[in-house]
Amino acid sequence: MPRLTQASFVIGLGIVGVVLIAALFGPWLSGHDAFAQDLNARLIPPVWMEGGSTKHLLGTDQLGRDYLTRLLYGARISLFIGVLTVITSGVIGTSLGVLGGFYGGRIDDAVLFLITCRLSIPVVLVALAVVGLIGSSLTLVVATLGLLLWDRFAVVARATTMQIRSLDYVNAAWCSGSSPLAIMRDEILPNIASHLMVVCTLEIALAILLEASLSFLGLGVPPPLPSWGLMIAEGKDYMFFSAWVIMIPGLALFTLVLGINLVGDGLRRAFGTQVIK
Amino acid sequence: MITFILRRTCLALVVVLTVMTLAFVLTRLSGDLAISIAGPGSTQADVEVIRKAYGLDRPVLVQFYDWTRLALTGDFGSSFFFKDKVATLIAQRMPVTLSLGFVGLALALSISLPLGILAALYENTWIDRTATMLAMIGQAMPSFWLGLLLMIVFGLQLGWLPISGTGSWEHYVMPGIVLAFTAIPALTRLMRSGMIDALSSDYIRTARAKGLSRSSIIFKHALRNAAIPVVSIAAVQLGFMLGGSIVIETVFALHGVGYLAWESISKNDFPVVQAVVLVLASLYIGLTLVSDILNALLDPRLRGA
Amino acid sequence: MSAILEVEGLAVRFGPTQAVRHAHFTVHQGETHCIVGESGCGKSVTSLAIMNLLARNGHRHAQKIIFAGEDIQAYSDRQMEEIRGNRMAMIFQEPMTSLNPSYTIGSQLTEVLRRHRNVSQAEAEARAMALMARVGITAPAMRLRQYPHQLSGGLRQRVMIAMALMCEPELLIADEPTTALDVTVQAQILRLLAELKQELGLGILLITHDLGIVARVADHVSVMYAGEVIESGRTADLFARPAHPYTRGLIDCVPVPGKIKAGEPLGSIPGTVPVMKEGFQGCAFRFRCASATDACTQDVPRHEIGAQHHVLCHHPVTDKGSRA
Repeated sequence: MPRLTQASFVIGLGIVGVVLIAALFGPWLSGHDAFAQDLNARLIPPVWMEGGSTKHLLGTDQLGRDYLTRLLYGARISLFIGVLTVITSGVIGTSLGVLGGFYGGRIDDAVLFLITCRLSIPVVLVALAVVGLIGSSLTLVVATLGLLLWDRFAVVARATTMQIRSLDYVNAAWCSGSSPLAIMRDEILPNIASHLMVVCTLEIALAILLEASLSFLGLGVPPPLPSWGLMIAEGKDYMFFSAWVIMIPGLALFTLVLGINLVGDGLRRAFGTQVIK
Repeated sequence: MITFILRRTCLALVVVLTVMTLAFVLTRLSGDLAISIAGPGSTQADVEVIRKAYGLDRPVLVQFYDWTRLALTGDFGSSFFFKDKVATLIAQRMPVTLSLGFVGLALALSISLPLGILAALYENTWIDRTATMLAMIGQAMPSFWLGLLLMIVFGLQLGWLPISGTGSWEHYVMPGIVLAFTAIPALTRLMRSGMIDALSSDYIRTARAKGLSRSSIIFKHALRNAAIPVVSIAAVQLGFMLGGSIVIETVFALHGVGYLAWESISKNDFPVVQAVVLVLASLYIGLTLVSDILNALLDPRLRGA
Repeated sequence: MSAILEVEGLAVRFGPTQAVRHAHFTVHQGETHCIVGESGCGKSVTSLAIMNLLARNGHRHAQKIIFAGEDIQAYSDRQMEEIRGNRMAMIFQEPMTSLNPSYTIGSQLTEVLRRHRNVSQAEAEARAMALMARVGITAPAMRLRQYPHQLSGGLRQRVMIAMALMCEPELLIADEPTTALDVTVQAQILRLLAELKQELGLGILLITHDLGIVARVADHVSVMYAGEVIESGRTADLFARPAHPYTRGLIDCVPVPGKIKAGEPLGSIPGTVPVMKEGFQGCAFRFRCASATDACTQDVPRHEIGAQHHVLCHHPVTDKGSRA
């Protein structure tokens, strides 16, 4: 296996690690409540700016809530949504892709058709429509994105399954009387897992970005939950006077997505996965 | 070639029909549409009136049949909120979205193609690493956030461009840049890998053995082959960009189809929502079809087939 | 007969790997010089090094590479471009992939002439058609408008040959030109090369792994092993009196009808070619050689053992069967 010691991969891993720890423990350690409003302390700038105070290291939002605490809480939401979405979409996409690649023929045609249909659906628009028509909630965002983002899993699982389905160890499993299901589970899946890992990381990043976009448009995570996208939306009205209100959550979002993508890219190089849309 | 085009067109039509079904089902997800339309505080009698008025009392299959039949003739019914034909609304807004799409694509191509070529020519040097890093950054940049940043810098601090709205060409600059940013990473990578493949190919070695100049080798022999997949992907990218323009149009209050969709979603105006989903999906399907045909036309090996 | 290409002490390095170490040979006008060796022995790299077409990580160094009386080592990229395709041309092993799939045969043929000569497109096309007819392509006017994928492998290799001849080069380097082709087509291409050599007074440097081809077309042979030319001589001399144990081994590997008895195994050389790292000393064949001694770990001198017959060995086989 090629080296995974490339600087960019290590940096990415570092970013993801820091965000993970911050998301897990941060909200408890910050000393503030992410939802407690203080209308006397609204829009206090971060500590390094004029008027900032050490009480609120990253300042407060338009309702006087501690920005650092909300940011850390938002990391939780981003990661939560990213991971759950990918579990959902990964199960759907991998099942379809392995089935299509393993059986070929009609079944594969059907899988290809589903992929084609899925690709022609504008993701953001449909996700917005679903959330808008049903009502925003965390579960719904995860379910919607999970049902929409399985295409790359299916494409990669299908292609890699095709590559290995007639290799000797698969034939050996046939000869020893394994059922098709057992072959897919015990022979195919473990051998395409590394490629699926790559897709996982890239899709987590995409899901996080999409969630932020939906929340930014007011049709994602419902307030008062501090999603980063929602924080940017809420700060938008003040951004011309206090640019930091959108800079801080935006930078956090950008850095996390960049970190995950760097990890994914490192894995992609290491495993030689082809992920072309 | 003719059979290829016919087969692809048939497939595209089946996909459109499937997406139509999805678009219809989508708008029925919320449960009782009549209640949503009537809005909070309305009486049972109001709801019944609306149910009748919009034909929502009929069996779902009949509604679907009617909608499909009319939609195929270009009639998407009327908007609840705008009190206008949906088709008219979309037709009014489409030029804005298309202009944005083309500006975005043109910008994306004019940045990503040279960048990808340079990265390939100087593979594994700092130029290549910079281009790859730029693609990475573009991929991680939330488009709405980039839009806001541009507004602050170019709109407020420098005062060069209008912050939002629709009207002059200046209104398209910032949204165009943001939209281009969403396509640049993929196009740059594709150009780079295509060019690297082409440059290491046997026919490039032949071209060098012929004593051709460096520029002729790069631009005439390598680029021609590397560009074929990029040109066809560019058409697909345009489809993606049109579908994704909803976020950008909303950020910049650019009154295109995406903005219309966002307004309609917020107002539960389902005829508009399903029509926009269908139109944007059909555009994407049409563009993929164009891309496949273009690919076949550009590649002499596929042309004769 | 004057020498068109003289190579002395050519070395090519890819990173730490020494692909070619002491390549030493001369190609004369109107003569076919074969470089023969196993795959991986550095023969293709040698040909690319002469053209200065090595991949970016390849570095060449030589005492001299004299082409038509001038050392081309110090030539700039521009000067090399002017020679390539013009005075020294090359054809490759893979006719299927060596032509650009996006351009017509005609445009690829005329391009090289128009690059090096000041001629019109019409003149270039006329010359292309004449040459296509000469190399045995029927209906050249039609082929001119076709794309590479519409031609068979043999036809494509003929196109490559025509392309190489467009500017009437003095030297033609052919790197395994027939390896990818059918046996019958192989014979036709080889005959064509031999005819062209006669007609045009070309010097041909033919790279091959096939001793049968060498015996059939070569005037002169250089045998390469692990990056070195270990023996070089006129074909008849070399086949009659192979001096290097490796050359002998190679010749023993070839089945000759009537000379070997049924049921008797063919000759073979035990072991595999070692990968050469920088700083390697002595004879590279010593690990597989029956007559190797301690002396073989030292640098090997070049012996002159006959007219134009050199060998790189401490213990050359002087007479057939007996060792010095």
